[in-house]
Amino acid sequence: MTEYNKLKNLNNKLPMTELTTHVLLADDDKDDREDFIEAFKSLKMQTELQVVKNGAELMTYLNDPSLRLPHLLFLDLNMPKKSGRECLIEIKKIERLKNLTVAIYSTSSSEKDIEDTFMNGANVYIKKPAHLTVLKKVISQILTINWQYQTSGLNRDNFLLQL
Amino acid sequence: MVYYLKYDMQSICKRLVEEQLRDSGLKYSLLSTNELAINQIVTEELITGLNGHLSKMGIEIVASKKTMLVQKIKEAIMELVSLEDKLVLSKTSYHLAKTLNHGYRYLSAIFSEVTFTTIENYIILQKIEKAKEMVAGGELSFTEIAWKLNYSSVAHFSTQFKNTTGLTPSVFKKIINQRRKNTIENTI
Repeated sequence: MTEYNKLKNLNNKLPMTELTTHVLLADDDKDDREDFIEAFKSLKMQTELQVVKNGAELMTYLNDPSLRLPHLLFLDLNMPKKSGRECLIEIKKIERLKNLTVAIYSTSSSEKDIEDTFMNGANVYIKKPAHLTVLKKVISQILTINWQYQTSGLNRDNFLLQL
Repeated sequence: MVYYLKYDMQSICKRLVEEQLRDSGLKYSLLSTNELAINQIVTEELITGLNGHLSKMGIEIVASKKTMLVQKIKEAIMELVSLEDKLVLSKTSYHLAKTLNHGYRYLSAIFSEVTFTTIENYIILQKIEKAKEMVAGGELSFTEIAWKLNYSSVAHFSTQFKNTTGLTPSVFKKIINQRRKNTIENTI
């Protein structure tokens, strides 16, 4: 079975309940992915995490109409072939995807990068933390706030968060 | 000759519920035969109304008591924040307990258990949401917004805004304005 088919299989088995937050991570760095998965294990909330390894794979996944869209996408800014920035711009142009909540996950902390991604429609900007404990805290914070937007009918247009 | 009827109860129920919900104009999705997600703000009247229709067919909407109470707390908080009344905002715990007829300690414990956050944090979140609307609206100065939402100073307001969103009110304003411009340019 190819990796993509495995992903597809997993997606079809996702629990159909609003109480679970379905999260998708797109990151090309193996270590970063592992840290992220590790941090997710410590969450109190019910979550389902899926992982794609680059921008091209991400767009195939999102554009596959047979797959359920995630509640929240964590997107690495610097990826080879198709960068996170390119993916973000593409996502915001596609009707089916443009309301997806996007959290940019990057090593850069330059004001320009941050403002640029927000203006391109990102909801969250996270500077990749150096320590796992910080990462756990940051992810838990984002999921808690995202959960409020998911369940309390807040205006997603105003959902901007930088950590 | 006598024939027998075979029923598929699941599809009958699903069909019935769907017909009723469709007429109500609600934004909903049926997650399974007995799980209904309503994708909009839910008030008690709405549920009572729906139950009125559904009960004729022996169907009832049930939410756990805790979830219902949390929903009421959230509504009460939104109501309190929308009043923009300094006196009310300075004593939210008192007003919540009074409105909902429960001790604050009890409300606070149930709220944390169900929502993964505290009432205090939720109030801050709602105040900042209100502030975001005002900032994006562009008609009020930060001083006026701080005053309306019962912050002791603009500095205090800006700090809480920054702590909640990671952005200062001015950067937030800049981004929202720029996004609007982009949307307008894209639609022309």
